[in-house]
Amino acid sequence: MSSLRRRKPINESSDSKHNEEEEDEDHDDVDADGDNDVNGKNKKTPSKIKKKRGEKPPKQPKWSCMDTCCWFIGCICIIWWLLLFLYNAMPASFPQYVTEAITGPLPDPPGVKLKKEGLEAKHPVVFVPGIVTGGLELWEGRECAEGLFRKRLWGGTFGEVYKRPLCWVEHMSLDNETGLDPCGIRVRPVSGLVAADYFAPGYFVWAVLIANLARIGYEDKTMYMAAYDWRLSFQNTEVRDQTLSRIKSNIELLVATNGGRKVVVIPHSMGVLYFLHFMKWVEAPAPMGGGGGPDWCSKHIKAVVNIGGPFLGVPKAIAGLFSAEAKDIAVARALAPGFLDNDIFQFQTLQHVMRMSRTWDSTMSMIPRGGNTIWGGLDWSPEEGNSCAKKREKKNETQIADQAGSENAVCKAKSANYGRIISFGKDAAEAPSSDIERIDFRGAIKGHSAANTTCRDVWTEYHDMGFAGIKAVAEYKTYTADSLVDLLHFVAPKMMARGTAHFSYGVADNLDDPQYKHYKYWSNPLETRLPNAPDMEIYSLYGVGLPTERAYVYKLSPHAECSIPFKIDTSADDEDTCLRDGVYSVDGDETVPVLSAGFMCAKGWRGKTRFNPSGIRTYIREYNHLPPANLLEGRGTLSGAHVDIMGNFALIEDVIRIAAGASGEELGGDQVYSKIFNWSEKINLRLDEEIPVHSSR
Amino acid sequence: MASNFLRLRKPYYVESTINCSSSSDQKPVNLSFGINETRNQTKKRQAKEHHGRRSCLDSCCWVTGYLCTTWWLLLFLYHCCLPFTVGHEVPELMPAARLKREGLKGIHPVVLVPGIVTGGLELWEGKPCADGLFRKRLWGGGGFTQLLKRPLCWLEHLSLHNETGLDPPGIRVRPVPGLFGADYSAPGYFVWDVLVKNLAKIGYEGKNLHMAAYDWRLSFQNTEVRDCALSKLKSKIELMYRANGNKKVVVVPHSMGVAYFLHFLKWVETPPPMGGGGGPGWCAEHIKAIVNIGPSFLGVPKAVSNILSAEGKDVAYFRAMAPGVLDSGTLGLRALEHVMRVSRTWDSVVSLMPKGGETIWGNMDWSPEDEHVCEFSKKRYFRFSPSDNNVNNSDAKQVFRVKDPVKYGRIISFGKAASVLHSSQLPTTVLKEILHMSASRNFNSSCGEAWTEYDEMSRESIRKIGAADKAYTATTLFDLLHFVAPKMMNRAEAHFSHGIADNLEDPKYNHYKYWSNPLEMKLPDAPNMEIYCSYGVGIPTERSNVYKLSPSNKCKHIPYQIDTLVDEEDGSCLKSGVYFADGDESVPVLSAGFMCAKGWKGRTRFNPSGINTYVREYQSKPPTSGIKSTVHVDIMGNIALIEDILRVAAGATGEEIGGDKIYSDILRMSERINLQL
Repeated sequence: MSSLRRRKPINESSDSKHNEEEEDEDHDDVDADGDNDVNGKNKKTPSKIKKKRGEKPPKQPKWSCMDTCCWFIGCICIIWWLLLFLYNAMPASFPQYVTEAITGPLPDPPGVKLKKEGLEAKHPVVFVPGIVTGGLELWEGRECAEGLFRKRLWGGTFGEVYKRPLCWVEHMSLDNETGLDPCGIRVRPVSGLVAADYFAPGYFVWAVLIANLARIGYEDKTMYMAAYDWRLSFQNTEVRDQTLSRIKSNIELLVATNGGRKVVVIPHSMGVLYFLHFMKWVEAPAPMGGGGGPDWCSKHIKAVVNIGGPFLGVPKAIAGLFSAEAKDIAVARALAPGFLDNDIFQFQTLQHVMRMSRTWDSTMSMIPRGGNTIWGGLDWSPEEGNSCAKKREKKNETQIADQAGSENAVCKAKSANYGRIISFGKDAAEAPSSDIERIDFRGAIKGHSAANTTCRDVWTEYHDMGFAGIKAVAEYKTYTADSLVDLLHFVAPKMMARGTAHFSYGVADNLDDPQYKHYKYWSNPLETRLPNAPDMEIYSLYGVGLPTERAYVYKLSPHAECSIPFKIDTSADDEDTCLRDGVYSVDGDETVPVLSAGFMCAKGWRGKTRFNPSGIRTYIREYNHLPPANLLEGRGTLSGAHVDIMGNFALIEDVIRIAAGASGEELGGDQVYSKIFNWSEKINLRLDEEIPVHSSR
Repeated sequence: MASNFLRLRKPYYVESTINCSSSSDQKPVNLSFGINETRNQTKKRQAKEHHGRRSCLDSCCWVTGYLCTTWWLLLFLYHCCLPFTVGHEVPELMPAARLKREGLKGIHPVVLVPGIVTGGLELWEGKPCADGLFRKRLWGGGGFTQLLKRPLCWLEHLSLHNETGLDPPGIRVRPVPGLFGADYSAPGYFVWDVLVKNLAKIGYEGKNLHMAAYDWRLSFQNTEVRDCALSKLKSKIELMYRANGNKKVVVVPHSMGVAYFLHFLKWVETPPPMGGGGGPGWCAEHIKAIVNIGPSFLGVPKAVSNILSAEGKDVAYFRAMAPGVLDSGTLGLRALEHVMRVSRTWDSVVSLMPKGGETIWGNMDWSPEDEHVCEFSKKRYFRFSPSDNNVNNSDAKQVFRVKDPVKYGRIISFGKAASVLHSSQLPTTVLKEILHMSASRNFNSSCGEAWTEYDEMSRESIRKIGAADKAYTATTLFDLLHFVAPKMMNRAEAHFSHGIADNLEDPKYNHYKYWSNPLEMKLPDAPNMEIYCSYGVGIPTERSNVYKLSPSNKCKHIPYQIDTLVDEEDGSCLKSGVYFADGDESVPVLSAGFMCAKGWKGRTRFNPSGINTYVREYQSKPPTSGIKSTVHVDIMGNIALIEDILRVAAGATGEEIGGDKIYSDILRMSERINLQL
């Protein structure tokens, strides 16, 4: 518009004046554009030629900086629109066409393949999402969260984290003491399939499985997403939201409306523990439980298909609670790389994350269970001597180029002491147990001097410990699974006090002890009996072939002023023992070690044991990890990684077959790549009921 | 992204055309010259690097850039300023904030039942043309962008099977479950969101707030057959009742949801094969109150014009939501025919047809609204001179009272004459005669695929109907519809009934097709339950139509259309071929209020246990949009209504919130209706 206005007076001016002006303008042009002289003269010639012809060229003003900017933006916009238009006009099958042109025809998605085989929807399906993958939305908030009503705080784009980080942290935290809502804040799980189909745009969790199930006829009335608030302890989801009651009522409805066909439950990750809790809850009598009666599970559940289940906890959870770090502590960091490490929170990112995640009771459900019996003692562990060499072999077998292969070449000589989940200093991690001098930290007096008032706004319990306490922790040198729980009690007494009211980490001696009727034991497979449902089946599906965190080497943080006093010693490296960046890793799916995912189905529940009195059949289905063949495949259809496995075609096929009515035998029974059976054998766990009991067979 | 793109593109085109035209206005010579020059320039540009002149492309880029920048700047300012401007309105928008300060707390769980077209639908299985739309919305939300992209595919997927009224083979479209189902039926078009927000303020959340989403295209019983929607609703209500300390639920149905929930009430107490088997005390045990919003208990006349010719003042939200789209050439100039074809496969539309026949809606010469005064336009006109408002209004009333009352009873009349003349003066051709005459149908095969059932009718009989100067009442209307759309009516009559029961004890009334008709069902035995009829009044609402034959006689064309030329002088009820009565723009007062005002009031044969009923009307106030709106859908944001709902949900009874609140003359209208109670 402004150009038009400017152009007008020039045209109206008289001819004589016009010529002069033009000369000036042209000179201006040269100056303003900073062109060299040659161009300037070249430019003048055509206009003079035109003048000789007697035509009056409309005088154009020079480009101002503003104009150039606008022009530039305009160009970009137009190109952008053009591309957008082309993208929208492009037929939906185009990317697939390109992929097929490059890599040859893709295999049919399992849903299509099985539909051709004639499979049909039979059993209703219940999904139980895991930790962090479920969406949370705001129902009531502080003033800073104005306008976010029923917007997702967790999941989705995480836009609010960037916009108002402190406000976000405040709303995501729970109350420090009760583990429930803080005053005036209500954050609730998103309900329905949308709760966890995509974690973030384009990052699927359940969506691929849902789409494939839909192919063989599943729809809303035969699928149910048991969304729950994954920050709460399991029993608290019932106390606050009546989530367990809702799941019970929905499963009953699904069975009733589908002609009495039992449901197939598919829990993932922490959902596995949640569903264990549910199975005990639903049969327990009313005040504490759901009052479904002793045969509820056998009446309503056909199979429990656990995907990547951390039955016995994950060592990663320790690192997360202890120092808010780990190789990839939570999905949060992987999704926003760099963000958590920069200074949005004024250099206290980790502390803020720690403060927030320590209010989440559910993280404590992931602490390794079973103590030294399962996870190994100072000098012993079920996986010892195996994993590094094995990994190399396997990678050679599968013909995958392995850059790390050379590093692992001499692994057999020494073996890592996986039992020492946390050790201070590499020496402590490697020395024989007799050489380690340990000073018991449990009695150590906590000083108060370290409490620096400037740090007060960031609440981690480390400020209450004082230097003496921190030192005592470091001097204990190594921690096994047993002493870890004590350690956490020492460094975070408030959190653990809350946690131990809801979770337990031991191994039961006598399951008939009335204390095991309390809900805090329900999610620990080593302290509960499976329900009396001989026709039910339990599957354990998980990925293998990825290095998974198992034990850590720690050091004291150099500047202990306001920050977390402990840190993973990333300088600790040892090619022989799979120690990299201070982390010992074993076989697993990158989050859950094989031991935790497979042991219960491989040994603890196999046959009729005291944990499985009715002899529910168990199956192990392992999926070997293969990275995606090319970029177009996205996260791969053969992945074995903890979350990506939800898009693994082989796993989806198994799940669909089970849902369509196949039993474990028809599926092919166990499918094992790792040494889970060898390792399980090394674990010395009493499985038969010694004390003669009237079991409910 | 796409919407953004569209929004950006529009102003750009507009501005650029303005730009061009303005420059051409100023100096047309220069413009033509400019083109020559550009041509010269491009040549020279290839030869030498030529700077300083602006080519057309450059100008375009420049203008675009300019507009984009301005747009972004405004957007930025808007986002920055929004919190401040909204900050002032918040207390007003949020009656819950005030009530919370009064100490109100949500006690009873709340179930929301959406109405027709307001619920979202998503795709679960489709034809190849709908590739990539799995679990994407087809209806509501972003679904309407698909209408623009692939209109025919979209229509195909939204249609139901012509004969069964269920899914066509290979297509599964399902309702979006949960609160997402209906809170925004189109972006920015709030339906339930304001109410949900307010409920949340006084403590509601997922565990005590449920949206009973159902597929609104199906007949009510079919939602159970296909999706188990009624069973789901029953289980949800039972769960919420138990999980919230045995507190009964408050149900808030809207529009057609009202009829749906009536159906549910009967279904749930009926024994299993046909019903839910909840036993005779189920409703009394689980339901505290039903707060019907904009209830279409007795149907809406608009539905008739919708079925007959797919038009009406604002036939469906179709047109309101996608303005211009349906009237443009997107569907190949056959927009209305396509809409008709699709909507005729939806059984639920039939549930909205006027119920109760001539007894309720009036006959040729009589209607309950006889004394109605059409003062809408007058009122609006005089609003600006409040000083002499009273005088003029009373004058106007007197003037109109002298006139012949409008014959609302004739819901459809062909030609204006048929709508005003006394019944004795009308020709007495009976529809059956026409039917008889057209028994030998001459099929016009040149029309190819039959879209609407009109194509199967002979042109002759169509003309006969249209030329007959005939008027149809609520009773004879069904004969007409049976004639023009036999298949649809046969399908739908298996699911809905529109009569009045003589003897409710007759065992035939146990059939589900009577359950959604309040005149053919008994309310459940629940003396402590309460029923509210909450609706807006003061807005002209379609009551009857004047039709004419469509001028074009081509095939695949709807042969009738509303005669929009028929008009009376200012202040009349007749406008563009539509007679208006009082209502909320969709539902006339009669349909919304009659049951609560008379049919169920006290102990009647329709309400044997004496359930308390309350009529709550909300009068349209000057700003007809926003927080005081009483329009059928917008009323969901009316603060007075929201306050009532919140109070009921917090435990108040109908007496405590003030009993009946009536502005219209629904009581007098009801009195005139001669219904055995």
